[in-house]
Amino acid sequence: MFEIFGIPSQALFAQLLLGLINGSFYALLSLGLAVIFGMLNIINFTHGAQYMMGAFVAYMLLQYLGVNYWAALVVVPVLVGLLGILIERLLLQHLRKLDHLYGLILTFGLALIIEGLFRNYYGSSGQPYQVPEALRGGRNLGFMYLPNYRAWVIAASLVVCFATWYLIERTRLGSYLRAATENPTLVRAFGINVPRMVTLTYGFGVALAALAGVMAAPIYNVSPQMGSDLIIVVFAVVVIGGMGSIMGAIVTGFMLGIVEGLTKVFFPEASNTVIFAIMIIVLLLRPAGLFGRAA
Amino acid sequence: MRLAASLAFAFAALIGTAAQAQETTVKIGVLTDMSSLYADATGPGSLVAAKMAVQDFNPAAHGLKVEVVSADHQNKPDVGSNIARQWFDVDHVDAIVDVPNSGVALAVSEVTREKNKVFLVSGAAISDLTGPKCSPNTIHWTYDTWMLANSTGKSVVKTGGDTWFFLTSDYAFGHALERDTTAVVVANGGRVVGSVSHPLNNQDFSSYLLQAQTSKAKIIGLANAGGDTINAIKQGAEFGITAGGQHFAGLLVFISDVEALGLKTAQGLVLTETFYWDMNDATRAWTKRWQTERKGKLPTMIQAGVYSAVLHYLKAVAALKSAADGKAVVAKMKEMPTDDPLFGKGMVRADGRKIHPAYLFQVKSPAESKYPGDDYILKATIPADQAFRPMKDDHCPLVTN
Repeated sequence: MFEIFGIPSQALFAQLLLGLINGSFYALLSLGLAVIFGMLNIINFTHGAQYMMGAFVAYMLLQYLGVNYWAALVVVPVLVGLLGILIERLLLQHLRKLDHLYGLILTFGLALIIEGLFRNYYGSSGQPYQVPEALRGGRNLGFMYLPNYRAWVIAASLVVCFATWYLIERTRLGSYLRAATENPTLVRAFGINVPRMVTLTYGFGVALAALAGVMAAPIYNVSPQMGSDLIIVVFAVVVIGGMGSIMGAIVTGFMLGIVEGLTKVFFPEASNTVIFAIMIIVLLLRPAGLFGRAA
Repeated sequence: MRLAASLAFAFAALIGTAAQAQETTVKIGVLTDMSSLYADATGPGSLVAAKMAVQDFNPAAHGLKVEVVSADHQNKPDVGSNIARQWFDVDHVDAIVDVPNSGVALAVSEVTREKNKVFLVSGAAISDLTGPKCSPNTIHWTYDTWMLANSTGKSVVKTGGDTWFFLTSDYAFGHALERDTTAVVVANGGRVVGSVSHPLNNQDFSSYLLQAQTSKAKIIGLANAGGDTINAIKQGAEFGITAGGQHFAGLLVFISDVEALGLKTAQGLVLTETFYWDMNDATRAWTKRWQTERKGKLPTMIQAGVYSAVLHYLKAVAALKSAADGKAVVAKMKEMPTDDPLFGKGMVRADGRKIHPAYLFQVKSPAESKYPGDDYILKATIPADQAFRPMKDDHCPLVTN
């Protein structure tokens, strides 16, 4: 057992592992955001509220219909994704031709409305949501006690992130989507329904946010402000990773989770702001982000 | 033409002032956290409590006209002091009530002193408000960090919790609570082995809990409140804190937090409040009325404190027949003994500290709770004269002469 910078090595490895867990949430959320911005050029400020809706719908399903966590993992993203599709069809599609900023203002306003509605009905202290039976308890790894649920979070988010990356970068559907973003008119000429692809992609991004919400429900407080606290950090992650890059969002998400974890050990008071400090440095040195393609 | 216009203005002004000469107008501002982590412990419930106090006082019978306004300070001292300034300068507000978040309360206290208005603190905890930062315009009503430390802190140390590790909210309140509790722990033979500061409104406590576990302290003192306390306790259960033999000391826990955690997770937690809805018939009756506006919620001591403070303030204003001079109203409030159905009989000290008994509660287990809201067992009552810091230890400039 040795010491690094005055911290015992065991404690350091433990904090790195915890940072990885937080990084999985950042990765999942920034993945959805990167898909929506990279593919559709929509700045989706409602992402945090959709993450919160995922957690709340999971809570409501459990409370009122007795639907357990495992079913919620599948049902909730579909439900919230459908809501996302509704938003896109009713509101966002009309802003397609305009400046990005209109989409930002619209989605920001939506986020405030959604949060206000939930807070009005449920208050701000949060709702209880138990960790599912199968994932309770934990194991002693020697250098720390790792709850089973947190290990599941890392594994599940790695799988989802990799699957999404594969879908977009390596399959035919993904290639249609990437082409539709680069040159919609030409792709339409080939007979592919571009508006429908855009709508489904938005729904998919929203579903990813909702999935992150369901996974967060047992460990983080299910409260109306859970999304707004996280969304600013997630935007910073997406900006650092590069706005159009899927792999960039995933890798940066995990990396920044680790950096934040280390900051919590050495200088906890700065743990809130270290990600933004990194964002400023990255933007100064590489304006397109670490993995981004220059516009 | 110009003569006619100025004559018309003069006439209108005359009529305006003539109308006001009939009764004294008093405006009370409820400045609170409506949208963030303290919104359930204070927030809309505090506004309801203030309105109930006005209603129960019956202003018309005393020749007063009372208006209540409210605003959200979002836990930001600059937003809070800007709202206070606008209220005092432009909107003719005479008294500000509540203000959870000690950072905002310190700022608003200075603004109130400058404008010679009245500040009735119910939400904020920092004991400096009746200590080095005491003011002739401020009364600290419901509770403070010294009371919490000497009630919860002392009882935990006396039952064997002699090594402490603090999880502190990184702003004025957290540091004050940690400071006051450290003094109690050390004075009673205990030892503080470490502490870590976390940002306000923090989602993930895993890293800090891990540091607490590594410290091997018997007690993890939670020098935070509201959503932060809830998160820390929830995640503590997940990381097997209690299974590992350590215990949480919830230094500031409200009944809204207990409800959010659920009795299964919160059971056994020891906490101190100065009001409990189920204490006696008077508190139960008041709670029922409060609940008509706040269905499904339970009132916390902060919200009860807002009711008590506004009631006593209006009594003082009625006695003086004016709300204009803040110092005079506060002096009157210190002169008159207090009496209301929620806190019983009490008084306000020269340093601005309202005195009433404190109650040490323990959270019931789900089996012990017989009906919704039946959350607490009363473990001890600390009489009013012992619950708060003695004036001689205040270092308050108002008292030292």
